[in-house]
Amino acid sequence: MRAIVDNLDLFASGFLLTFQLCLLAAVGSLLLGTVAAVLRISPLPPLRWVGTAYVTVFRNVPLTVVAFMVVFGLPHLGIRADFLRIPGLDVIFPRLGIELPYFRMAIFALALYTGAFVCEALRSGINAVPAGQAEAARALGLTFTQNLRYVVLPQAWKAAVVPLGSVIIAMIKNSAIFGFMGLTGDLSATYQQLISARGEPAIPVFLAVTVGFLIMTVPLGLLLDQIEKRRAVGR
Amino acid sequence: MSQQTVLYDIPGPRTRRITAVVSVLAGLLLVWVGYRFVYQPLADAGQLSMEKWGPLIDPNHELFPQVWRRLGQGLRATLLAAVFAILFSLLFGTLLAVIRMQLHALRQRRFPGLPAPMAWGLRGTTLGLNVITRVFVEVFRGAPVVITIFFVWRVLPQLGLRPPDLNLFGLPLPSLMWSLVIGLMLYNGVVIGEILRSGMQGLPRGQTEAAYAIGLTPNQTVLRILLPQAYRIMLPALISQLVVVLKDTALGFIITYGEVMRTANLLAEHRLLRNPLQFYLLVGLLFIVVNYLLSKLAEYTERRIARGRRAATVRPPRVPTQAGGEEAEPAATGATTGDQRG
Repeated sequence: MRAIVDNLDLFASGFLLTFQLCLLAAVGSLLLGTVAAVLRISPLPPLRWVGTAYVTVFRNVPLTVVAFMVVFGLPHLGIRADFLRIPGLDVIFPRLGIELPYFRMAIFALALYTGAFVCEALRSGINAVPAGQAEAARALGLTFTQNLRYVVLPQAWKAAVVPLGSVIIAMIKNSAIFGFMGLTGDLSATYQQLISARGEPAIPVFLAVTVGFLIMTVPLGLLLDQIEKRRAVGR
Repeated sequence: MSQQTVLYDIPGPRTRRITAVVSVLAGLLLVWVGYRFVYQPLADAGQLSMEKWGPLIDPNHELFPQVWRRLGQGLRATLLAAVFAILFSLLFGTLLAVIRMQLHALRQRRFPGLPAPMAWGLRGTTLGLNVITRVFVEVFRGAPVVITIFFVWRVLPQLGLRPPDLNLFGLPLPSLMWSLVIGLMLYNGVVIGEILRSGMQGLPRGQTEAAYAIGLTPNQTVLRILLPQAYRIMLPALISQLVVVLKDTALGFIITYGEVMRTANLLAEHRLLRNPLQFYLLVGLLFIVVNYLLSKLAEYTERRIARGRRAATVRPPRVPTQAGGEEAEPAATGATTGDQRG
């Protein structure tokens, strides 16, 4: 118990950094995934191929490999995810602007990896819209864009919310890997440091860190249950 | 593919021409993007030279045999850990699902034949066990699997339970591998257990009632009636969970287990090689091939199961009526016909 109480400040700052990482990566992966989903349903074959290739690659490669590639590989090409130094945003997320290891790279890798799963969740939502809806829209003379904008996407969104939520929950848990690769100061780095370097007992530290992750995932899961239940009644 | 024709009309000659032209243009643009943002940076940094790639792809290179021998060992370590993790996860998950089903059923029993203190004691124990298993599930499902693996690796020696270094027919099964396997088992076993449990609870109530009616005990009901059906329904979900297990074995690097990713990383840092990008790309490719095959297997199984079920469904007798007759049908048959149409 002492291991938790004495290091409460470390846990708190670790939690805060993990939370920031997850928030930014979630936004990034939603953007990337949406673009990929649009590519995958577009009428142009080359764009479809790009979308499919992206999803196939990143769904089948372990996050570990993606993370190694981005964090240790890309710097060899001089890429340090500097496009994430967005002016103004680094006021809210100070780690975006400074060179303490890997925060930007971690966001980049996590968003790149999760984007593929977001794309699949969105596409499953689009597939869940009964074919008759799009057919009827076509029969009324709506164009491809109007069809998507007014008929298919509003319904697809409803079907995609719950899978999207599960993807984000998985992403939050996946974010733990970067602490073991040298990202300074997040929950899992704190966890490793407390157990390995400081020799704190493993069980209480494990439970404390797990609670830290549960604080993020459980409310999201409850929200999803709620949405699912409301939808079941609505139908 | 069917969805493609729904969002827009089947293109006529003019649209086809436009599509072809725009496709070619988009293709050219993509080629340019690939050249500018992938090829050029790689070439500028000297990452495409044979000096960097040679040890990996040129069989005549002096380091080629050594590199691939090490990579082969790493791959073997990955696959061994994956096989054991999958087996243990399935066993553990099944066990957990059965126990939780039993405890759930026990909670409704009041033990009327026993004296009051004993009955209360038994009910308290059941409740306690219910709570404990529930907390266990929530903790290990909620903790990131990396955190669990590291925890297992650290906590087992502290408890005096360091896994042994084994050797099975010349295959090395080191202590580190068991730590990884146990960590993966805890997480994936819990997930698989919940998949199976929800599969069993999703079965029609009639299955349980019929089993009780012909005199099976709750134990037999779960093992012989519910579990086999849950496996069948949940097979696609189970196979995709296996892909997850295989991918997660790459997390062994955090506990210094010599799986393929760690091996590649160590090799890439070697003084004679120094080519991390190339090694990462290669390992990524290896994983893509294996996992792509596994997910194709999952899709195939899903189709097989769907086909089997559709054939087995007894078609509801359809009374020929005039238009609007379909709405008069009960909701249940409406759902099955909808399924067949879709």
